[in-house]
Amino acid sequence: MVKLQAQNLNLYFGKNHVLKDVNLDIQDKKITAMIGPSGCGKSTLLRTFNRMNDLIPDVKISGSVRLGENDIYAGKMDLYKLRAKIGMVFQKPNPFPKSIFKNVSFGLDIAGKHQKCEIADIVEESLKAVWLWDEVKNRLHCSAMSLSGGQQQRLCIARALANEPEVLLLDEPTSALDPQSTARIEELCLALKDRVSILIVTHNIAQAGRIADFTAFMYLGEMIEYAPTTKMFTVPQDKRTEAYLTGAFG
Amino acid sequence: MKRKLSQLLGFFFLTICMVLTMAFLGIFLYSIFSQGWEVLSLRFLLEAPREGMTAGGIFPALVGTFWLTLLAVLIALPLGLLCSIYLFSYARKGPFLSLLKITINTLAGVPSIIFGLFGMALFVNMLSLDVSLISGALTLAVLSLPIVINASQEAFSGVPRDFIEAAYALGATKRQMITKVLIPTAAPNILTSAILVVGRVAGETAPIIFTAATFFNRRLPKSLGDEVMALPYHIFALMTEGTHPEAQVPIAYGSAVVLLMLVLLISSLALIIRYSLRKKRQW
Repeated sequence: MVKLQAQNLNLYFGKNHVLKDVNLDIQDKKITAMIGPSGCGKSTLLRTFNRMNDLIPDVKISGSVRLGENDIYAGKMDLYKLRAKIGMVFQKPNPFPKSIFKNVSFGLDIAGKHQKCEIADIVEESLKAVWLWDEVKNRLHCSAMSLSGGQQQRLCIARALANEPEVLLLDEPTSALDPQSTARIEELCLALKDRVSILIVTHNIAQAGRIADFTAFMYLGEMIEYAPTTKMFTVPQDKRTEAYLTGAFG
Repeated sequence: MKRKLSQLLGFFFLTICMVLTMAFLGIFLYSIFSQGWEVLSLRFLLEAPREGMTAGGIFPALVGTFWLTLLAVLIALPLGLLCSIYLFSYARKGPFLSLLKITINTLAGVPSIIFGLFGMALFVNMLSLDVSLISGALTLAVLSLPIVINASQEAFSGVPRDFIEAAYALGATKRQMITKVLIPTAAPNILTSAILVVGRVAGETAPIIFTAATFFNRRLPKSLGDEVMALPYHIFALMTEGTHPEAQVPIAYGSAVVLLMLVLLISSLALIIRYSLRKKRQW
């Protein structure tokens, strides 16, 4: 089943044509990795899915992006609900300078729909989902900044999960982490894919190979190849994909 | 050898500059304190002037300066903060925004006596607030607005972009991002600059000459409409008016010492707060 679909997507920053006619179907409850050299537009593509590019003043977008049946760029789409439904985790762990608890409850607090005790339950459940609960349950009200980098990144995932998102966008989530924390995040992605569809941008080809069901290769703003990971990694269809995977450029 | 020599010369030159600066500061403090400290006493702080300003203390001036400063900051801080939020988060890039920023920076460079004239024209005359505590406080507030705006702009720019994006990515509206992330994160820096504004406002003389200050008033201000004495203006008055300079000059220097101590105290408070918050800050 297709969860997220980009069709004929073009994106410009001013005169700079960043995404060129991109088509992509993200499967539900699968991990999809986006790879490609720096500046190929993969992060920008990721950010069109939760409309974070809207924050940039002179951005122009054409084509369509659908979440399920709904065009997320349609006028009647509630931007704030959309962003809650499509969680995002950034390259550098960016917990707020607030307590661990307040970080996870942030999305619930701003949505303003939940009772206090309900929030405590969801916070606990979200922290358990990222295997952080046992490590922090005795210091929920300490600053999130006191956690290690890997813990902070898992906290950021928990913060996104608390909104019960349908899709999780991960923008190079392990590039600022040590190998051990990276392995933990990768395991976590595999454990979470029963719950959400995951779209991950990565510089690390091996990482895509380890965790992704599908892989998309982008180059200079174009979607060059999109296929099941095992297929792309064994028989790439495009010469450029092959060159990138074998390390001829990057 | 030549490089070593030029190193040595450079070092020597920098040291001279530093020593000169410190010497100026030292001489300055010495001349104020040596002429003022004799009159200092608790009674000097807590008594009203007596016998045509040739004896007594400075209590009404202290109280006047306190109220002027407090009111001015209470007016300027919220107003400046809101302007700053508009500039940072709502104003669109373009000629209008550039014009606004130029205007604010120009205001920051206007000599304070001009603010005094402006305050007299607008608050005292046009709005008929007369020479009063409120006219003075408003004038001082206008003077400190550009400082508050620029300082909070800087504080906002210091908030990591990551935090702002994280808030939006979790579904925050712009208002929620501002109230829950931007302001709390910038608050320590805004606070310290607010304290520095207090120090600046407390020492201003020119803006209150025509708008609030009075030469002599035994009573303490009872309402916003009262004229008040103020420390800096009191010094000015003691040095330029009256007929007994031999008695007035020491009192003027005494007042100067008090004012100087107040401003130093406030500035060091800001430094201490800034330092301790920096140490606590973890991003």
